Amino acid sequence: MLFRALILLLALSLPAKAEVVVLGMSSNTISITTNFDGSELLIFGAVKREAPIDDDDNLEVVIAVEGPKEPLVLRRKEKKYGIWVNADAVEVDLAPSFYSISTTGPFEDILSSVEDLRYKVSIPRAIRSVGAPMTVMDSQSFTDALIRIRENSDLYQLNEGTVSFDEQTLFRTSVSLPADLTEGNYKTRIFLTRGGNVVSQLEATLDVRKVGLEKFLFDLSRNQPLVYGILSLAIAIIAGWGASAIFSLLRRQ
Amino acid sequence: MHIYLPIAEVSVNAFVLLGLGGLVGVLSGMFGVGGGFLMTPLLFFIGIPPAVAVATEANQIVASSFSGVLAHLKRKTVDLKMGSVLLVGGLVGAAVGVVIFNYLKSLGQVDLLVKLSYVVFLGIVGALMFVESLNAIRRASKPATGPIKRRDRTWVHALPFKMRFRTSGLYISVIPPILVGLFVGILAAIMGVGGGFVMVPAMIYILGMPTKVVVGTSLFQIIFVTGFTTLLHATTNYTVDMALAVLLLIGGVIGAQIGARIGVFLKAEQLRILLALMVLGVCLKLALDLLIMPGELYSIGAVEGH
Repeated sequence: MLFRALILLLALSLPAKAEVVVLGMSSNTISITTNFDGSELLIFGAVKREAPIDDDDNLEVVIAVEGPKEPLVLRRKEKKYGIWVNADAVEVDLAPSFYSISTTGPFEDILSSVEDLRYKVSIPRAIRSVGAPMTVMDSQSFTDALIRIRENSDLYQLNEGTVSFDEQTLFRTSVSLPADLTEGNYKTRIFLTRGGNVVSQLEATLDVRKVGLEKFLFDLSRNQPLVYGILSLAIAIIAGWGASAIFSLLRRQ
Repeated sequence: MHIYLPIAEVSVNAFVLLGLGGLVGVLSGMFGVGGGFLMTPLLFFIGIPPAVAVATEANQIVASSFSGVLAHLKRKTVDLKMGSVLLVGGLVGAAVGVVIFNYLKSLGQVDLLVKLSYVVFLGIVGALMFVESLNAIRRASKPATGPIKRRDRTWVHALPFKMRFRTSGLYISVIPPILVGLFVGILAAIMGVGGGFVMVPAMIYILGMPTKVVVGTSLFQIIFVTGFTTLLHATTNYTVDMALAVLLLIGGVIGAQIGARIGVFLKAEQLRILLALMVLGVCLKLALDLLIMPGELYSIGAVEGH
């Protein structure tokens, strides 16, 4: 199913900056229904400027979509007594459940590391990790593993050059959201950069929610776990009895 | 057709789940095992989080076992008295198992616990059953090798608190069945299995029950133990996924009915050797997973208490 959160142009009153990114959202929710299997998020907008286009450096666009953050534990397997078991563990204080960066060009060329540090845009910067226990010497490899695992399942994406940018004014991109999306508020940040420096930025929120049966079952399992458990059992017993009854009917005929 | 599972928070193909349920259901009906020992690892493979797989599988086993036991009740191959004694141990065992499961989950070792349990129990049980059924087939093909001694007087017969089990034709102490039930209950909670693959051999070889009533009686006990386990997981871990369970059990209950019919036409020895081979196959696969260096050494886990 294709959901489009359309980010439309809005005529906003201009601050005293030369170039400003403008956008608004006409739809700002994604519903997780029973047949949800990922969706496409369409983001587009424009640059509003009062002065003529500066020819020295190209204007570039970086769009970061970030899912709700949660603390995690990363574990590493080691061979002990001949089998592979979890040994060292490192806690990550906050890591986004989803993170996608779309740019108009190579990330390192269009956003300097100083600006990246300031705005926390790149994937490693989006993960907050305080430190590993004393026994773990190479805590960096744990963070690397988190990024690697999530990149492999499309939860972390670096899509360089996927933002189309016409006449240095109109930009658009689409971000594919995977099927195993966590519900919550997704922060969408749009940066305009020139020569590696951020000249303008804008933030919008995308609401990802379970709806209908999904929401009912999820809420029931958390708020009334005993009722939920009994309901599960009742369904199981009815299904078991029903199948038995149907089959004995079939056999009698 | 993809379906988003509300608790597991993953999207999977509904027909894959129906098919898995059906396949495992057929085996469940044929062998009198819940089928969980096959289903739980299969659920891991399609990307269901292990904690959700174990808890949901317990719920699914309730359905397939209930369907199976009705077929056995009609054939009068359920020893209700023995089943109740096994159940007493089973309920206590399930509670102990959930406590162990939750403790190891907090240590990040629950996957290891689950896999090691599979390798150890499936290995021992599979090997024993395989050798025993081979011997039985050899004995059957060579007739007149003298009377086979059945039901030796062992330590089982020396224990106190004896009870008469008419359906099984036994007069034994209640201690061994309670211990068997307790042990199976622990396995049910930890491994997401009914425990039939341990209980069926235990009933035959330790308790000396006739093969005919073993399957129905184990299904009877499994219904209540896995039902109790489902409730414990639902209330302490919130890991029972009802949508997943429904899809698995639709396939499962139909499969179980078919399996029970097939089981009637197969000889007990053939049944046992088939089951033994299957048990050994799953054991080997899981053992290799532990022995061969995994492709990804790192894994992501949730922080407890969040």
